[in-house]
Amino acid sequence: MAKVIGLTGDEAVAYAVKQCDVDVIAAYPITPQTVIVETLGEFVANGELDAEMVHVESEHSALSVVTAAALTGARVFTATCSQGLALMFEILYITSGVRAPVVMAVANRALSAPINIHADHSDSMGARDSGWIQLYAENVQEVYDMIFMAYKIAENRDVLLPTMVCLDGFTLTHTLERVEMLDDEVAKKYLPPKPTYPYPISAEKPATYGSLALPDYYFEFKMQQQDAMNKAKEVIPKAMEEFSKVSGREYDQFKAYAIEDADVITVALGSTGGTMRSVARELRKQGYKVGSLTLRVYRPFPAEALMEALSGAKVILAMDRTLSFGAIGGPLFEDLRTLFYDAEKRPLIADIVYGLGGRDLTPAEAKAIFKYGLEIAKSGRIPELVKYVGVRE
Amino acid sequence: MSKLLGWRKIPIGTIILEAGSTFEVRTGDWRTFKPVIDHNKCTRCGLCYYYCPDGSITLEVKDGKIVKVDIDYYHCKGCAICEGICPVKAITMVEEVK
Repeated sequence: MAKVIGLTGDEAVAYAVKQCDVDVIAAYPITPQTVIVETLGEFVANGELDAEMVHVESEHSALSVVTAAALTGARVFTATCSQGLALMFEILYITSGVRAPVVMAVANRALSAPINIHADHSDSMGARDSGWIQLYAENVQEVYDMIFMAYKIAENRDVLLPTMVCLDGFTLTHTLERVEMLDDEVAKKYLPPKPTYPYPISAEKPATYGSLALPDYYFEFKMQQQDAMNKAKEVIPKAMEEFSKVSGREYDQFKAYAIEDADVITVALGSTGGTMRSVARELRKQGYKVGSLTLRVYRPFPAEALMEALSGAKVILAMDRTLSFGAIGGPLFEDLRTLFYDAEKRPLIADIVYGLGGRDLTPAEAKAIFKYGLEIAKSGRIPELVKYVGVRE
Repeated sequence: MSKLLGWRKIPIGTIILEAGSTFEVRTGDWRTFKPVIDHNKCTRCGLCYYYCPDGSITLEVKDGKIVKVDIDYYHCKGCAICEGICPVKAITMVEEVK
């Protein structure tokens, strides 16, 4: 029988990383991620985890260290968020470019200015084109489970792409929830064998890593990354299915509630998915045909699976917890709209921007969002392509 | 130049699996001035060999002694550090006409 304990999201990450038997950890403290590496630091200090803990002077160095370490075949981990992720930006592209299977937890936090420490997705969304796989967790159990899946996906020889596990700052990082643990033996069997990288750096077999590629070869290396992302689209559902088997917890690329006959479906990333589902359940009891979908995989975008799941809806509401300044709408909205452009039956798709800088989305607001969607379904008209929920004028 | 390969045919992530590939890159054609050694003046102290940032000075060594100093023009970029460091002014930079 698997152990059940109470863990915060940050602790859940640390416990899972420990069970993944990582070899090298490097991170720089930043709220609300700090508890992750503090906990890992304790594990290393008390001998529970045999890993090299590198104390770096910045996030830029943290990601550089783990990227290089991954190329030696080590299993590596780092964590950051917000300004720290922004400081890593240069290295993000290098990590994916050299195909280092790094796993990083991103404790989603709003970007400055104004300075803020609470949840929104502006940090990880800014990195959506950096060649990293992005997973978003809805609750602490998912946070814990996704770490195992992240290594399984990142280290797959057909993929070899760095992977972010995103968890909403404070809402998940600092909230204590019930977590069913995986037995060490089960975890060990689930994870890929080491070395994690097929051409580990070694003195016996010298090679050049991170070399120059000018106009004659650069494009080819980028195509390889695109190909790996496409392959990840097949590897991810398999990794999730396999995890479902070993854990007994159902995993797919998204978690859907009552979408089969729903007129209105909300699509959200992260903890908001839970709020939407709970409110949808309440509205269903009152006879409203609404459903909710929490997207667990954002990059690569699970286009085909989403198309199939959402095509019955009259209205799709994309829930963007970020702003794409000057764009038509938020990133999730634009992806969903693009997805349905060629569809025979196109649902009406509108954007909901909410929760910036950690602003709560209340159940009353969630209810109003569904009602707004039902109004669109009834009238066949979208009054505001992008609706900003919860902001004062 | 050899035929360019497609993305399915090259190792991933910019790895070059054979060591020493930089040796094949002709950096000598970056040069505007080339260093020329006056072997009569050269005392074969080897300072230029240690200062050359590109490993483009070659030494011929016999019985632990330097008997000849030469320049590898295939790789020398013409930075002139050797000219500056030579204690007996045996190296002169000469403009190349290409």
